[in-house]
Order: sequence, then C-alpha cells, then structure tokens
Amino acid sequence: MSSMAAPVDTRTWQPVIGLEVHAQLKTDTKLFCGCETSFGAPANTKVCPVCLGLPGSLPVMNGKAFRFALKAALALNCTIAKFTKWDRKNYYYPDLPKNYQISQYDLPFATKGWLDITLPDGQARRIGITRVHLEEDAGKLLHDESGAGGESGVDLNRAGTPLIEIVSEPDLRTPAEARAYMEALAKVLLYLDVCDCNMQEGSLRCDANVSIRPTADAPFKTRREIKNMNSFRFVEAAVETEIGEQKEIYANGGTVLQQTRLFNGQTGEIRTMRNKEEASDYRYFPEPDLPPVTLTEADLDGVRGEITELPEERLKRYMEVLKLSEKDAGVLVEFKEMGDYFEQLLAEGIAAKTAANWLISDCQGVLKEKYLTIATCGIAPKAMADLLKLVEAGTVNRASAKSTVFPAMLDAKGEKSAEAIVKEQGLAQVSDSGEIEKKIDEVLAKSEKLVKDYLSGKDAVVNALFGACMKAFQGKANPAVIRPLLEQKLKKLREG
Amino acid sequence: MALSEEAVRHVATLSRLQLTDAEVKHYTEQLAKILEHVEQLKKVDTTNVEPMITATLTGNVFRPDEVRPSLAREDALHSAPDHDDEYFRVPQVIE
Repeated sequence: MSSMAAPVDTRTWQPVIGLEVHAQLKTDTKLFCGCETSFGAPANTKVCPVCLGLPGSLPVMNGKAFRFALKAALALNCTIAKFTKWDRKNYYYPDLPKNYQISQYDLPFATKGWLDITLPDGQARRIGITRVHLEEDAGKLLHDESGAGGESGVDLNRAGTPLIEIVSEPDLRTPAEARAYMEALAKVLLYLDVCDCNMQEGSLRCDANVSIRPTADAPFKTRREIKNMNSFRFVEAAVETEIGEQKEIYANGGTVLQQTRLFNGQTGEIRTMRNKEEASDYRYFPEPDLPPVTLTEADLDGVRGEITELPEERLKRYMEVLKLSEKDAGVLVEFKEMGDYFEQLLAEGIAAKTAANWLISDCQGVLKEKYLTIATCGIAPKAMADLLKLVEAGTVNRASAKSTVFPAMLDAKGEKSAEAIVKEQGLAQVSDSGEIEKKIDEVLAKSEKLVKDYLSGKDAVVNALFGACMKAFQGKANPAVIRPLLEQKLKKLREG
Repeated sequence: MALSEEAVRHVATLSRLQLTDAEVKHYTEQLAKILEHVEQLKKVDTTNVEPMITATLTGNVFRPDEVRPSLAREDALHSAPDHDDEYFRVPQVIE
C-alpha cells in the first residue's frame, strides 16, 4: 500500500518566546527637553530645538523619568548599575529627527531581574528579565492613504518621550504565557504609577522574539522578531501565528531566517519587513552630550522606599492573611484603585469579607450601569463604610442598600450620607418583632395553599413564604429577624 | 588591517551616502589608513587603565520635570525642506 500524502511532521515543537516591552513613563515632559508629553495634541506643537535635533541644542535628563525607570527596575528585582551611560543608536528613518536614538547599549542601568507571574491555569512561573534601559521614543509617521503614492507626513510630538524597554529572557513557552507575562508586567507598572499602560495610545508596546525547537533540551534555533503588537490579545494571537508559520517552514524542510516582521492587528497576518540588522549596523557609540549617571546605595534606598505593595504580594496577602477566596482576591487586585478602596474600607473598621462582597458583588454592577468605577464614583471610603455599618446594624437591609441607597449616594455625587438617604426614603428596616409578627400572620393567612403544602411535609415552601413576607414589608424588614420568627411560627403550626 | 570595498559600500549605505565606484576606491584607501593608525594604538598597554567613557565628568545632571514652552508650529516647520501647515513632508515611506 502506498500513500501520496505529504509526510506528516510528528515532532512536537517547543516554542521559545522572549518579549521586549516598551513602556512610556508617566512624566509631564519629554526625556531630554521641557516639551509636554501629551497624547493627541495638534501635530508638531510639542516640539523644540532639542527634540527636533536642531544643531547646537543639548539634551538634559529628566530626573523624574530616571527615577521612574529605577522604580520599575527595582520592582522587577533587577540589579542596578552604579554607573550607567547612554549611547547613540544610529539609523535613518524619517520619524527620527537626529538620525540617532539616544538609548543604552552596553551599560544599561538595570540587568538580571525577574517577574513572578500566575498562569491562567493557576501555575506560578518566574520569568527572567534580561535588562531594562531608558531611551527616547521616535515621532509618528502618517502615511498618505489617498493611494496617490505621494508623501508621508511626520509628527514629532512623540519624539523624545521617555520609554523604558524591558527585555525578558526567552523563558516563555506558550502564547498564553506571553500574554500572562505582559499583563502581569502592565499591572506592576500601573501599581508603581510610572506608566498609564494605555495600549491604544501606544503607552505600552510589545515586540516578541519567537523560535521553536524540536525538544525542550535542544539548543535554540533562529528567532524572528514580531513588532507592533499593541494589545494583550494581539500578543497572544501573533505569537500563535508565528509559531504555526515556523512549524510549517521546518515541516517543508526549510530554514527560518533571522527577520523582523510586522503584525497586522486587523488581518491577523504577519509579514516580513526586513532581514534583521546586526547590532554593528547601528554603529553605537557613547552619547557625548549626556553625562553618565552614578548611583549610591542611599539613592537606591530612597527609590525603594517609594515602591508600594505589588499585585502578586497583595494577592497573596488577601488570600493568606485576609482569607479571601482566590477569585475575590483576584478581582480586588486586578485594578489597583479597587484594592486601595478595599484597604480604606478595612481601615474604617469593615470586615474583609464584608468589604470584599460589597465591592465585588454589589457595587460592580451598579457602577457599571452608570459608567463609573470605584475610583471615579465620588463616594469617599468613609461614607461607604457608614453605609455598610448601617447594613451591619440592621438599620437597612443589604438588598435596599444595593438597589436604592448606593445608587442614590452616587446620584448625589457623594454629597449625601447613607443615613440621610435611608431616612429620606423611609428605608429603615422594621426590626420590631411585634410588628413583624403581625405582618407574618397576615401573610400566612393569605397563603393557605403554601401553608397546606408545608403542613404536608414540603419544607421547601418556607422560602416562598419568606419571600412573600419580605414582599409584604417592601424590603424594609430585617430578614435576620423575619426568618427565625417565620420558621418558629410554621413549626408551631406543624406541631399543631 | 585590510578593508574591503564591500565594507565601505555597506557603511555608505547605512549612512545614506551615494558613492561612485571611484569614490569607493578612494575612501577604501583612506579609511584603511585610519584603521591602521587606530590599530597602532592597540599596542599600548592599558591593563591598569580604566576605560574613559566620557569627557564630561560633571557628576549627575538632572532637570526637573517641568513643562517649558515648545516652539510655535510655524517656526518648528520653517526650516524643513518640505512641509505643509501641520506636518513635515517626506518622500513616502514604504514598509
């Protein structure tokens, strides 16, 4: 028996992935001049002789940018160089007015760090950080889309914006891992408040180096670099596509060439831009216009002191110390503002579980409907804690707190206290047992069929009767008082 | 040290210089001489000499993160060989 089918490549390739992430630092001005770093300003209105590269201008390092860069590198467990300098990376491209980028070549300020991440399946992984360096961004090219093949426009507002480039070790093994790493990295930068991580505006961009090898212990094969991924989803998708393409090349007996490729988010395709340059083609040399920076241990301690709790640490503490579920802890840690707000509720004396439930199960939906977040809702943690204390004291039940009091507080933009709203809307719960008993009797008298079912042994109807009682009180009775009273009464009926 | 014409052409391309064949020959000779001269410097024993990375030993120089006025757009675009009211114009970039 003969088959004409193409030979099947049965090798199980292992992908090897490293990411280079560019993060724009959250400074008011550019790295080497006082021009404002603002997204969306009219073209070429945030430029000066320094960032235009005009003759005779001199760059001066933005101290805050350097401090932010240090903060990020320290949080990524890097070794900080006591002596660091900048270099010129020479290449010609119309978005680069000086024809060189001020970057760092052989003496980056930070090396050998790591970032601990949790994979979607809950597995923990430590991803090595090769280096972090501080450099300037290029401008923006606007291609003529008329199809006339005319010229391109150049907007240099972005030229000179401070970036840190964070280069990972080739430690990532799957597209999902690559995405998880980038998400974790973004979260750290957001917690540190050094980058707004707005990917649509290009504050966080990613290039991936991808190769595959036949077995996990085989040496690395040639890698290709994919550029231009500006969303977490794109990182995962592009790496996935690239792995597939490389497998196909090897299956057909071909060789992967070292290339720079471009990912198109609209089509999901990757195409080759150019064969990779050698580092020597950039003719790096020390930037003579910028003095090197030397650091002391005291300088580093100062910056270390500014690093607050990071997401992984917070997650661990919420689970281990506060005994929250992994899911709840995860939601609180996802956005720093949420966790910070939670912390403030704890400081106001609210129990962890109560605060977490309230923020996650009750507030989220209401906020979403009003296009608000906990950070923008305008309700101070103290005022929120007061509401939760009213619930705890039984003055108002949790359901009305969520459906009426909280929305009313939002509508009042934090100007009205929970107590005032409860009073105004007559939401105070009836906790007087005499009054409650009277109402329960009325409900039972009206619910002959349910009572009959109960007496014939159907215990489940208790819930229906409870619901009927709550309805009779229009939600204004304390369920913690109603339930036992109702159960008591029913038991008595059954005992006859 | 031998310098090939090919290397000179490569460096010329990186520097966006267009050279005639005669110029390539001319510069290959000249550059080779410069490299030879540098080669001589390598003979100096620098075992205990710290590398000098910069001539500006000023100590750290930082600028506060304070916004300063940028140029008026008209002035920024003024000296460019080609521009419109908003942008610098360059020959179309093909990627």
